[in-house]
Amino acid sequence: MTATSTPPSPPAPYADLKAPTTARRLLTQPTTGPLAALLLACVYFSFSTDQFLTGGNFSLIVQQVMVVGVLAIGQTLIILTAGIDLSCGAVMAFGSIVIAKTAAQGSLSPLLAIALGLVVCGGFGLLNGLLVQKIPLPPFIVTLGMLNVAFALTHIYSEEQTVTNLPGPLTALGETFPLGRTDITYGSLVTIALFLLVAYALSNTGWGRHVYALGNSPEAARLNGIRTSRLTIGIYTVAGLLYGIAALLLISRTGVGDPQAGQTDNLDSITAVVLGGTSLFGGRGSVVGTFIGVLIVGVFRNGLQLMGVASIYQTLITGVLVILAVTVDQISRKKAR
Amino acid sequence: MSRSTRPSSSLLRAAAVTGVAALTLTACGSGSGTGSSSAGSGEIKVGLITKTDTNPFFVKMKEGAEKAAQSEGVQLMTAAGKFDGDNAGQITAVENMVAAGVKGILITPSDSKAIVPALAKAKAKGVLVIALDTPTEPQNAVDALFATDNVKAGQLIGEYAKAAMTGKAAKIATLDLAPGVSVGVQRHDGFLKGFGATDKDVVCAQDTGGDQAKGQTAMENCLQKEPGINVVYTINEPAALGAYTALKAKGREKDVLIVSVDGGCTGTQAVKDGKIAATSQQYPLKMATEGVKAVVTDAKGGKKSGGYIDTGVTLITDKAQTGVTSKDTAFGLENCWG
Repeated sequence: MTATSTPPSPPAPYADLKAPTTARRLLTQPTTGPLAALLLACVYFSFSTDQFLTGGNFSLIVQQVMVVGVLAIGQTLIILTAGIDLSCGAVMAFGSIVIAKTAAQGSLSPLLAIALGLVVCGGFGLLNGLLVQKIPLPPFIVTLGMLNVAFALTHIYSEEQTVTNLPGPLTALGETFPLGRTDITYGSLVTIALFLLVAYALSNTGWGRHVYALGNSPEAARLNGIRTSRLTIGIYTVAGLLYGIAALLLISRTGVGDPQAGQTDNLDSITAVVLGGTSLFGGRGSVVGTFIGVLIVGVFRNGLQLMGVASIYQTLITGVLVILAVTVDQISRKKAR
Repeated sequence: MSRSTRPSSSLLRAAAVTGVAALTLTACGSGSGTGSSSAGSGEIKVGLITKTDTNPFFVKMKEGAEKAAQSEGVQLMTAAGKFDGDNAGQITAVENMVAAGVKGILITPSDSKAIVPALAKAKAKGVLVIALDTPTEPQNAVDALFATDNVKAGQLIGEYAKAAMTGKAAKIATLDLAPGVSVGVQRHDGFLKGFGATDKDVVCAQDTGGDQAKGQTAMENCLQKEPGINVVYTINEPAALGAYTALKAKGREKDVLIVSVDGGCTGTQAVKDGKIAATSQQYPLKMATEGVKAVVTDAKGGKKSGGYIDTGVTLITDKAQTGVTSKDTAFGLENCWG
């Protein structure tokens, strides 16, 4: 028996042999299309509304996408291994309630509460990783179950109450500092820093190359001496920690601990990953692409709103773009054979 | 092999993505028809943010706002959360509307408490903020509230049920909304007040989320627990119709009194059909119309709206009880929403 836990995917085993050598090329190539789409949308909205092309508006867009953005970093790592995480939004919501409630109701100092939130979310990631790797179970099922577990725990622990009056340190990342005439939130900086950090780790470290190798073929990766089991569990745990950071960003943005939060964020994060050109079959893609994917969604939502287009059209457009992105991924895979 | 094909595949990707993006943009730009292209810079903009895009109550609210915006000659922008309870989505909409330069925002808060900081930021930028239908907590986090008096709505059906049950011992079931949601709590408490009962007199209380299927399940379970139930309070008419289905399956639909709140067209028709005995009708269209007018008045330097403005509630039934003021379903269907 192999230790593989991936769902059956289209056969492309011979592509694996050249994966390590072309890893660097893979990082940058699939982002070309999404980047073009993003720029085109920006140009379109700049011409159609007066308010779009301002520093304040771009700062706003980044603030609006940062929570899903950080979730999507973790989601990208997992999807690169040909996995999927449906639990990210729910885990984040639980983390945010843990942080908000323990800090606001005085039992823990804010910093300890944040640390606890990170540990809890990281723990969920670790558990996901162990179930996916050790039993093994399909990631889809494990994280679907964990989605419900985290969702229920959020509502039980919060007693359905929104937590208000948060102590200052919890919302510090929502504070702004001026850059020229634009106000930037510290949370936006944290988000961008995380994207850069993970992008560097994926493209310039051995760990990053191992992630791609694992995604291309777990068996080949294992035969090449990569400790695939440890790597997989590590990836899910890192993703969990990222959800904990997203929880903190969420609290800082909304100013409250909200048990209803994050209900569609799992799908939104997958949307961002797919729009960013990362393949759902693993091994191809990048967090830079994901950042572009997140921005595409944010720019469309903001731009259409500025134009006065009803929000249901955002959903329509996002749906079309997602199907298109996957179609392009499939076509390019076929051509690559 | 991959070396030669990859550039072309990424080109293909670029072409396809940009092509469809452009197509969709132009398509919806011309198809939206909400005055997006006619946005003059001097025009007054009013924002409407509902809980969802799909609930008929909010659809009617949007319709009212659109009509009012048209007759006032202002531009209406609309947005909604993705689901009931989507606070983050509503915050994003508030920010985008402030960025778009609206004079006022009308909002039905998905989370009465959690939306408050975002509204405070909008108010700080000089935007008039009015809550529709659902109050914020605290209520003075907005400049004004245009809403149904939900306690009164509950009280009306409570009084009606009391009169209809004269001489009979009541066994009450309540099919409620969800824990901690003010609208549901107020209607529930109002009903008990009107009926002259307390929570101890309720033999079965279940949450339904205002959903028909969940209302049916809740009623089935209540009947399992206490078959003698003869009065059913429901948070809204979908829950009431779910209860009716459950009662009908047991052959109990004739001898159990169902009362409800909302006054949607389907619900009002159900009152006419005798499935629901009575309902308290509310007026989302009026909330939106008055809200838009208030923003326009304020923007033009007129009197600023403030505090709570009751948009009214009417008891609708075809089996009037003496001592309880009501109107018939003909009136109800003329004024219903959805």
